Amino acid sequence: MNTETVNDAHDSHDGHDAHHEHHIPKGILRWLFTTNHKDIGTLYLWFAFIMFLIGGAMAMVIRAELFQPGLQIVEPHFFNQMTTVHGLIMVFGAVMPAFTGLANWLVPMMIGAPDMALPRMNNWSFWILPFAFLILLSSLFMDGGGPAFGWTFYAPLSTQYSGDSTALFVFSVHIMGISSIMGAINVVVTILNMRAPGMTYMKMPLFVWTWLITAFLLIAVMPVLAGAVTMVLTDKFFGTSFFDAAGGGDPVMFQHIFWFFGHPEVYIMILPAFGIISAIVPTFSRKKLFGYASMVYATASIALLSFIVWAHHMFTTGMPVAAEMFFMFATMLISVPTGVKVFNWVATMWRGSLTFEVPMMFAIAFIVLFTIGGLSGLMLAITPVDFQYHDTYFVVAHFHYVLVTGAVFSIMAAVYYWLPKWTGKMFDITLAKWHFWCSLISVNVLFFPMHFVGLAGMPRRIPDYALQFADFNKWISIGGFAFGLSQLIFLVLIIKACRKIGEPVSDQVWEGAEGLEWEIPSPAPYHTFETPPVIR
Amino acid sequence: MNRVTSLLVGALVAFSNSAIASTAAERSDLNLRQGVSDISLEVYDLHMLMFWICVVIGVVVFGVMFYSMVMHRKSTGAKPANFHENVKVEVLWTVIPFIILIAMAWPAATTLIAMEDTSEADVTIIVTGSQWKWHYKYKDNPEVEFFSLLATQREQINNKFTKGENYLLEVDRPLVIPTGKKVRFLITSDDVIHSWWVPDFAIKKDANPGFINEAWTNVNEPGIYRGQCAELCGQDHGFMPVVVIAKDPAEYEAWLKAEEAIAMRAKEEEQRLLSMNMSMDELMSQGKKIYDTACIACHQANGGGLPPMFPALKGSKIALEKQNIPVHISMIIDGKNNMPAFGKQLSMSEIAAVVTYERNAWGNNTGDMVQAKDVNAIINGK
Repeated sequence: MNTETVNDAHDSHDGHDAHHEHHIPKGILRWLFTTNHKDIGTLYLWFAFIMFLIGGAMAMVIRAELFQPGLQIVEPHFFNQMTTVHGLIMVFGAVMPAFTGLANWLVPMMIGAPDMALPRMNNWSFWILPFAFLILLSSLFMDGGGPAFGWTFYAPLSTQYSGDSTALFVFSVHIMGISSIMGAINVVVTILNMRAPGMTYMKMPLFVWTWLITAFLLIAVMPVLAGAVTMVLTDKFFGTSFFDAAGGGDPVMFQHIFWFFGHPEVYIMILPAFGIISAIVPTFSRKKLFGYASMVYATASIALLSFIVWAHHMFTTGMPVAAEMFFMFATMLISVPTGVKVFNWVATMWRGSLTFEVPMMFAIAFIVLFTIGGLSGLMLAITPVDFQYHDTYFVVAHFHYVLVTGAVFSIMAAVYYWLPKWTGKMFDITLAKWHFWCSLISVNVLFFPMHFVGLAGMPRRIPDYALQFADFNKWISIGGFAFGLSQLIFLVLIIKACRKIGEPVSDQVWEGAEGLEWEIPSPAPYHTFETPPVIR
Repeated sequence: MNRVTSLLVGALVAFSNSAIASTAAERSDLNLRQGVSDISLEVYDLHMLMFWICVVIGVVVFGVMFYSMVMHRKSTGAKPANFHENVKVEVLWTVIPFIILIAMAWPAATTLIAMEDTSEADVTIIVTGSQWKWHYKYKDNPEVEFFSLLATQREQINNKFTKGENYLLEVDRPLVIPTGKKVRFLITSDDVIHSWWVPDFAIKKDANPGFINEAWTNVNEPGIYRGQCAELCGQDHGFMPVVVIAKDPAEYEAWLKAEEAIAMRAKEEEQRLLSMNMSMDELMSQGKKIYDTACIACHQANGGGLPPMFPALKGSKIALEKQNIPVHISMIIDGKNNMPAFGKQLSMSEIAAVVTYERNAWGNNTGDMVQAKDVNAIINGK
């Protein structure tokens, strides 16, 4: 991609910066009132990281209780609160805001726009998030405890049989949903309207493409989630019977509505990851991405298919055999475009000129481990054997492979890849390598044996288990503690980077990096592309 | 170190010996079990087929990638090639996976259709889940019905006693079914969603309140088969196992006759107890026994409960005030809010005992005695 800024970017920016700098409040007010996409991106990323640590601490409680058979540390009721809130925080508080933060930082820089299209809404969509999670977390301290019905909040456990804190849970999910929808609208409007001249759709970096498609998924399904929680609220507090058979409702209908949101939600958490990997692999292979167009089409097919596979989460609910077959075949079909993506990354590396800097290490780990999660997903699609796998640790292993070594590893890869551009300094490479290797080893000790205990028959969401599962659970817990501690290395590294400790980097940062964001100075100035670049 | 080696060897053996016949009910710590019905064996074979296909795909894809990582390094002087698309290759790696998928879908669909065909059953059993126990009723012998509760002692769970071999996988009254017959299960729930799972039969079916699901098995070998509730159903979700004993048909018939006789005698006994009064000591000792199995999980050993989800009984108005005795009894019979109904699970004399116990334990020294006939008065309206 050839680019040329119409005016000399450096000169004009200096002038504008001085002009804008005048209006920027200092200290806490800067962050409270900011409408700058880079500031908001930073806020989202820090928020996501803090939530990742809190959700991780809950996982530590879970793993500590499961270290040995018997009840040692927590009561079953509290254990259920931990699994529930861990899931909610990791999905809505860590992974999704992290991707939104990356979109805020990168989408305008990648398409040559000066900022997001709706900067004030951008501010609001971030600042309601901390309140959503304060409400959710404070519910844990209520009489009777917080939500204890799993992040999937199946009725009637979440309606007739839940505590009063359900109202807080519903309210906080509403706020998270509003935040996500506003963030998504912002991404769509920005990409559709603010591309630099010459930046045609098929020239957009894949991260922009995958986020555009993700944003449409969000707009389509977050209202469905809002509907589901609202029906739970009225069933519980206002005497409706959407999910109560005694009043003419149907508890299984809840699951249909939830998973109609839930399955696209899974892709919301992985499509931007595909975009990140598609940026990193070519850079460190020093070769153009293989099959750009097929990558775009594959992403779009995955997004469309995600709307017709929801009931594969519900094979044991007692569906007609024809419906089971439809959802089995449709689910299997998703492996075709997903396979195309993996093959394209491998083909990009093939006969490249490979180096293995930290972002590339995470990207390669992503490709291998995400594919393992994808393959176990293919096994789960097969209805007759899903009857055996369903609701066991095999499923827990599957979705942690795609979400932790998939989504979370891609976020870490992205942070390592773009962090020098954001701060202008190279991060501490030694620490980063420690972080990578500790995470890689511990995450597999943590999640791989879950396949075994799941196949051997250990159900998920239980605080205590039969003796035959004891050995593996001990290893799983050790892996869990090690993975949790490894993230503290990441925390130290990020703090060092934010304090601008490290060697200065060039504008391009990585040899082989291509794209608009690598043509602006490092660190990226507060305002970029106030005059759009022209892409030829 | 030894343990690690043995685990690795175990993993290899478990995954590579799929072709070698092992005794069907053998339990693996690493892999799905083959189970004891034709269907469960089919499911196992399907699982192994899928597993090996996935292994081959993984080896090929990662093999190519690792080859590239070794051979195409910048440090060994690799120069990047220029290609970035190739329609032929891209069509090929879209079509080949598609063909593999069809090869997988065919046997999967065949097995699925067989699994869902519940017609022409020899025996039908109604399975009802409730927090946190299973209830079984034989449709053609309706006198035979019973609850099946976790039999593992609280002390084992709380690490005071050594854990037994079948820790958390043992019940007081297992379900009994005949071998060599098509047994159909009608599965439902009284409260939240549960899921009835016996891995050896390859059956996992949700118990939905207000709806009835069907599943079936035809067990080839007599034996004891253990499973668990598989759908999160509240705080004691981890403590509601399923145990099924498969007996050969003659033994099964004999068992069924004996159960019918026991059910008849129990009814007579209940009638006899209605005309009798139990002593305070009898009521208290039987009451404590029942409390420790049915009530203790929520209301706790000291009667303090876990408020507000599970209120305290100690010092509660209902357990202390005399005019509330009928309310106390009917609450146990019918349940309220989070509290399940125990009317079907406990006999009248048992309810009388547990009510007496709750009114006199933990300093609730009311001195009230409740007899079976008082409970009968509430249930049958005098």
